[in-house]
Amino acid sequence: MAGPAALLRKTRPDLPVEPASADHPPAEHPVVDANGLSLVFPSPDGPVTALHDINLAIGRGDFVSLIGPSGCGKTTLLRVIADLAQPTGGTITVNGGTPDQARLDRSYGYVFQAPALYPWRTVIRNVELPHEIMGTARAERRAKAEAALDVVGLEGFARKFPWQLSGGMQQRVSIARALSFDPELLLMDEPFGALDEITRDTLNLHLNRLWADKHLTVIFVTHSIPEAAFLSSKIVVMSPRPGRIVEVIDNPLPRVRDLDLRETPEFLEIAHRVRVALRHGQSYE
Amino acid sequence: MTTDVALREPSQTADLGFRLRRAAQGRTLPILTVLTAIMVVWYLAAIGLNRDRAIDRLEDAGTTFGFTEVIGAAWSLERPVLPTPTQIAGNIWDSTVGVATSRYEDLPTAIGRFFGHRRSLVYHTWVTMASTLVGFALGTGLGILLAVGIVHVLTLERSLMPWVIASQTVPILAIAPMIVVVLGNAGLTGLWPKAVISAYLSFFPVTIGMVKGLRAADPLQRDLMRTYSATGSQVFWMLRWPSSISFLFPSLKIGVALSLVGAIVGELPTGAQAGLGARLLSGSYYGQMVSMWAALILSALLAMLLIAAVSLTEKLVIAARGGQP
Repeated sequence: MAGPAALLRKTRPDLPVEPASADHPPAEHPVVDANGLSLVFPSPDGPVTALHDINLAIGRGDFVSLIGPSGCGKTTLLRVIADLAQPTGGTITVNGGTPDQARLDRSYGYVFQAPALYPWRTVIRNVELPHEIMGTARAERRAKAEAALDVVGLEGFARKFPWQLSGGMQQRVSIARALSFDPELLLMDEPFGALDEITRDTLNLHLNRLWADKHLTVIFVTHSIPEAAFLSSKIVVMSPRPGRIVEVIDNPLPRVRDLDLRETPEFLEIAHRVRVALRHGQSYE
Repeated sequence: MTTDVALREPSQTADLGFRLRRAAQGRTLPILTVLTAIMVVWYLAAIGLNRDRAIDRLEDAGTTFGFTEVIGAAWSLERPVLPTPTQIAGNIWDSTVGVATSRYEDLPTAIGRFFGHRRSLVYHTWVTMASTLVGFALGTGLGILLAVGIVHVLTLERSLMPWVIASQTVPILAIAPMIVVVLGNAGLTGLWPKAVISAYLSFFPVTIGMVKGLRAADPLQRDLMRTYSATGSQVFWMLRWPSSISFLFPSLKIGVALSLVGAIVGELPTGAQAGLGARLLSGSYYGQMVSMWAALILSALLAMLLIAAVSLTEKLVIAARGGQP
């Protein structure tokens, strides 16, 4: 796990850049390592800087939340990591290689803001989709999909179609789909943003257990301070215009957490620090 | 409305008032009302339009006649301007069941005469249906292929789309004889020129519908495919094609109706001996309005049958996909 100093490297002339090689197996690398990363896209009103000078290292087993107001580039950063968007400057490695390579290796599972289920497929066949694409044998992909549905507590719904499920259940299916091929890295873009608070609490608890049990690395985009404080081991606070990192806050709470934790002074202290950092980011404008 | 009915107690469904209300809310009563109105107007119009011929016939017969006789004659002329539904139904009966039960020697069995005799409307309907189905299959295939090309290759969208649209602005009556001549020169006669004309009309709605359908997948669903590094053909078969299905069937319903129009139009310049188009043409040559109307009714029934078949397929496909269109 990378320390806080390594996590935010505003300046890093002292740190040697390690090339990926056989001497350094991927485990030695940060899972994600961004240096001076920027993304500028053209728009009718002139170029828009979505990401500006992003320096960030994410270690194996981290749960990193990207939090900030709309337009701060948190989703864009996640999309760059997933090779769904192309940076215009700086460097980024994922598992020691390019994001493109990581995508071709199918090394991450991505959970979108909406469930993005295919409505013509049953729940189980939605979860099997990545396996069908990767050419897994029929029996194995069925077993893996069933196991993934068990993990999100939907074992009884395999034969249902997505429209027969509630929004929260649909989002759990999409998490099962992302987990079904056992990626070590989970990228989540405001997965619970559209859900009611009660469902959200349940899924947060669920996600915490998943992360703790499966030793996943999770990068999680959110608007919600309590959600970020509850789930994360690191909270990356971002600010808009241009999208940049304001502060990285370490969360020392134990890995396995309960909802009651949110009433403790330690939790409130973390939430307070995030709130202050967000306000600090706003005051730049 | 149907769910309402299903929720009620069985005892209520036995109640006459309820049945009438259900008929009024459902489709039966409105359809029957319109049908009755059409019949009334039709019989009245037949009197008006056939009056002169009816009076001529009665005068030729030389007997005295009144208003009732004129009506009777107007509804039973051999060559009316507007035949009555009864006459048309009679003609359809004679040229289907009548042919089957006749003593025509050229075909030995009743079933053979029913389906295969030159005088049987079922035979002519079948001839038209065959070229309609072949044309519909060709048109659908062509329409889908064009749509696949257009959504995958940008240059094809720019170069092909204007031609696709222009093709439909040419009157089919002008182009049909050329197709018949050109294909005839190439040795393709009978069913083929009709099928080609039919395909020419039916590919268009399929192309337009499928271009939209193959692009209907939402951006997240497409991003998902990219996160799995899916190949182009996987994206096509697992995402683009299934999400286009709800656009395909409405296009197919229009396409199959146009195929029938194409097949009938194709039978006119070929001087075809068989088919509903040929019946329409010979009817107009000899002033046989009754047999023209009979052919017309059969082509309407055929269109309904074909569209119903497409609708049924659609229902089965939707059911297999979880009941969501």
